[in-house]
Amino acid sequence: MNEILILMKSEWVLLLIIIIFLFIKVGSTEWKNENLLYLANILLLINFILGFVLNTDGIIFDEMFKTNSLICLEKNILNLGTLLISLQSYHWLKNHKHVAEFYMLLLSTLLGMFFMISSNNLLMFYLGLELSTIPLAALANFDLHKRQSSEAAFKLIISSALSSGLLLFGISLLYGTSGTLNLSEISQHLNGSNLQLFAFILLLAGFAFKISAVPFHLWTADVYEGSPVAVTSYLSVISKGAVLFVFVSVLYTVFKSLGIAWQNMLILLSVLTMIIGNLFAIRQNNIKRLLAYSSIAQVGFILAGISGCSQLGTTSVIYFILIYVFSNLGAFGVVSIISSTTGKETISDYKGLYKSNPFLSWTITIALFSLAGIPPTAGFFGKFFLIMSAAQNGNYLFISIAALNMVISLYYYLILVKAIFMDKNEQAIEKIHVPILPKIAMLICTAGIIIVGLYGEIYEYIFKLSFGY
Amino acid sequence: MSNNNYIALIPLLPFASFVLLGLFGKKYFNKLSGIIGTTSLLASCVLSLYAAYTYFFVFGKVNAVYQKFEVLKFSWLQFSTTTSIDMGLLLDPISMMMVVVVTFVSLMVHIFSLGYMKGEERFATYYAFLSLFTFSMLGLVLSTNIFQIYIFWELVGVSSYLLIGFYFTKASAIAASKKAFVVTRFADLGFLIGILILGFHAETLDFNTLISTLTNPQSAQFLSITSASFFGITALTWALVLVFIGGAGKSAMFPLHIWLPDAMEGPTPVSALIHAATMVVAGVFLVARLFPVFALDVTALDAVTYTGLISAVIAAIIACTQTDIKRVLAYSTMSQIGFMMFALGISKIGGEEGLGYMASMFHLFTHAFFKSLLFLGAGAVIHLVHSNEMKDMGGLRKLMPITHITFLIACLAISGIPPFAGFFSKEEILLAASNSNKLVFYVALITSALTAFYMFRLYFSIFWNKESQAHSEHGEGTLTMKIPLIILGICTLAVGFVPFSELVTNNGIGFHSHIDYLFSITPVTLSLISIFVASVLYKKQNLEPEIISKSLGKFYTSAQKKFFVDEVYLFITHKFIYTLIAKPTAWFDKNIVDGLMNLMAETTAKISELIKGVQSGKVQNYALYFFAGIAALAILFIYILK
Repeated sequence: MNEILILMKSEWVLLLIIIIFLFIKVGSTEWKNENLLYLANILLLINFILGFVLNTDGIIFDEMFKTNSLICLEKNILNLGTLLISLQSYHWLKNHKHVAEFYMLLLSTLLGMFFMISSNNLLMFYLGLELSTIPLAALANFDLHKRQSSEAAFKLIISSALSSGLLLFGISLLYGTSGTLNLSEISQHLNGSNLQLFAFILLLAGFAFKISAVPFHLWTADVYEGSPVAVTSYLSVISKGAVLFVFVSVLYTVFKSLGIAWQNMLILLSVLTMIIGNLFAIRQNNIKRLLAYSSIAQVGFILAGISGCSQLGTTSVIYFILIYVFSNLGAFGVVSIISSTTGKETISDYKGLYKSNPFLSWTITIALFSLAGIPPTAGFFGKFFLIMSAAQNGNYLFISIAALNMVISLYYYLILVKAIFMDKNEQAIEKIHVPILPKIAMLICTAGIIIVGLYGEIYEYIFKLSFGY
Repeated sequence: MSNNNYIALIPLLPFASFVLLGLFGKKYFNKLSGIIGTTSLLASCVLSLYAAYTYFFVFGKVNAVYQKFEVLKFSWLQFSTTTSIDMGLLLDPISMMMVVVVTFVSLMVHIFSLGYMKGEERFATYYAFLSLFTFSMLGLVLSTNIFQIYIFWELVGVSSYLLIGFYFTKASAIAASKKAFVVTRFADLGFLIGILILGFHAETLDFNTLISTLTNPQSAQFLSITSASFFGITALTWALVLVFIGGAGKSAMFPLHIWLPDAMEGPTPVSALIHAATMVVAGVFLVARLFPVFALDVTALDAVTYTGLISAVIAAIIACTQTDIKRVLAYSTMSQIGFMMFALGISKIGGEEGLGYMASMFHLFTHAFFKSLLFLGAGAVIHLVHSNEMKDMGGLRKLMPITHITFLIACLAISGIPPFAGFFSKEEILLAASNSNKLVFYVALITSALTAFYMFRLYFSIFWNKESQAHSEHGEGTLTMKIPLIILGICTLAVGFVPFSELVTNNGIGFHSHIDYLFSITPVTLSLISIFVASVLYKKQNLEPEIISKSLGKFYTSAQKKFFVDEVYLFITHKFIYTLIAKPTAWFDKNIVDGLMNLMAETTAKISELIKGVQSGKVQNYALYFFAGIAALAILFIYILK
């Protein structure tokens, strides 16, 4: 009993917070929105801090649920990202009627992700995946009066249903050929038959859908654009990050013996994802759409890192996601505050932003530099290790394509920076008052972008925890 | 060794002041920024004096040998199990000595600038740059590995660039800062390649490990670096010579010295800090830091010796002909650094045999005091007469008594007259030279006599010669300008008596040196004669100097024109590099490279336009692509590629 309490402590804490919100919602006292938001952020902060204590390794529930220090680290990264998003959405939620529901839904999806990361069984994994998806559709609809928001939610739920169906099909085929659902046993029953390969492709497609790799990415742009910014950033950072964590561990441990086959698949997907993500991003004028496509392109780089098949692969992916949390949330934080105060979302609206809002301009610029991988921001180091991992196979054509794509991505990131700093604008965005909580989140992101890259111990710490291929 | 982590504060305090002043100084406390910068540096200076004291007299010596300590070392980027880039602080005799020199001189300059730069519009920016420079220089001398030193080396270059070009509205200042940057950067290319060769063969970048593996003749690394060769020269020689080129660029050694005289366009206190006491000796410091490795290779040491010697002589000759007082000082600096360089070149490992090494470091130490004093004195003079030219000066001794006395002390010191500081260090250099290489010794002797001549030419022209034309508007300058002069003057009297040979040697074992008075008679007499000649020629206004210069004819003009080194550079760059390399490259870039890029950009835009139809917004289409993707993967990987 004690073991269950301790090994699942992250999940218990989240559940507790969800229940607290449930009681607040059904209780008779009316809470002021500000107070509720402060409470929520304090609880999330406590949750984040608790992530660092009592971390033990173990496996429970008939080998359904496992945990170890790497998994705890991954959960901490997700906790941190959720906290940052919650801080940033203060401004948006302040005038929203359903704050308690927002947090209940949000934390339910986080709980789902935790189960997914800790799963040692395909059923458990599926359960976690669904728990992390379905409430998200409700969240995407959270701008209740906007038609676009409902459209986004609808598209998300339909596409998810489709991908989940195919994923389940893959799981059942895998069960049929191997006779087990236990992740640590499946690998012994893999023989590389065509049926198993097909099952793997279905599974891969399910993952690729969640991380929006090309050609399974088409839902991304519509959903990102329609959803509230907080949800968009959650989708693009947290839910993607969680799936990637599982993806790496499943590929590296379970499907080890099919290595060469999936390595080539990954390279193919990676190239397609980078190129198509970038080509679409170039054409965008809406910043949320631009960030959506750029996040697709970023996934292409992550896939390149995964294709390295080594301890460096795992490390570089986790390290990059940590950096990505800071960089992407830094950018989304600024977009969120500007969009919720002025409703302006296009690149031309951002012209001359520096004159009126230097703080916001610098925050988004540093974040964009990091996304583009310009030294000395952390993004550079993240991409550097991803490419280094990919280079281990000696596929130099692939590396060159990746490098070229970095240049293309530089173009659209810098267009935005140019608009902010150099272009003149008669109707520039006026001075925006940034409330304290979002400001804290932005400062944390900026500090993270600078520190994570330069402080080498972090990388080495992840490297020590990571598993090899 | 007790807890020495506080040493990290020595570079970090100036850095903090740089960040503070750089970000907020101009807006919020322009007036106060001088005080802030100076205070942080005062703290840093006190800490470094304390650190040096404890190092030399409390914990540094173990079994009568000064040890090397690494403080706060952490690995920054781990490339493989053996190679990593670390960051840390290295404590050993030369780094402790340099820390004291840098913080002390920088403090004096900070105080002096309070008066000198008063009323400057970009006062805060000036102090921010000064702090940045001090931080970079301290980081440089405390580096534990070659890569770290390279980072700070470049930072020093950048801050020097910013300070030389501080008066950026003046065209000549911009040109000078650019020239300094380009020339030193060019030399740094050599440095970088040298580092890469050393690091590749020694399989480490860390100074201590590098020195211990390479000095062990049985180690695989030593065999690898001595057996590999390129154009018949071993990799070791290449690496050391290339590293030395980097050092020669920063230290303004012939023929890479051309930036130093022009760098005098910067504010004078800056010249005192950067171009007299700190940055320009970085090259000497670098050779000293790697000295055990240099000592393995005779060719590299010879390169150091003769580059130093030639620079010393040429600079001394040119200094005799210049009329801009700061340029005289600039050439004199170059000449003195030449002394330090060749003293290193003729040294060997060990105590008495390593006399040259010790003498070089000693001279670096004393030179820092009297040369910054000379520059600050010159700054005070320029502040008064608003000109750099000797002809606008003369007879200033009554107007500025303190400047006069301190300047005289510094001139006596640099001329090697006992008991001033320069005497002791220069005697050691000459003694080391006469013990090991007679040619070097005689050339050095002549140069040292020339030094006395041109310094007293400068002194008499400023303070004696004709009657003063300048009328004093604001007297000698503020108190903050006088105090550093007085302090540095006292130091110039005192630092010669530091028992340097017992503290700083290349193997950590001190020895007891003594001044050989019989030996000293020759150089001191020669210097006195030079001073006498200078006083005859320049103490009173007369025609003699002009007659002599006319009689020297072509030689004099070419010395005055700095032996046309600048013209040679211009000729080579214009005639050869521009027409043969730059123009064809520009054409290639404009037509082929740009054309290719434009083509690629257009293609990207076209493709991007073509595929936009895919994103239709209809979910059923998305599902179709989803299935198509799975089908394609299945066909490709199950049937075709398997």
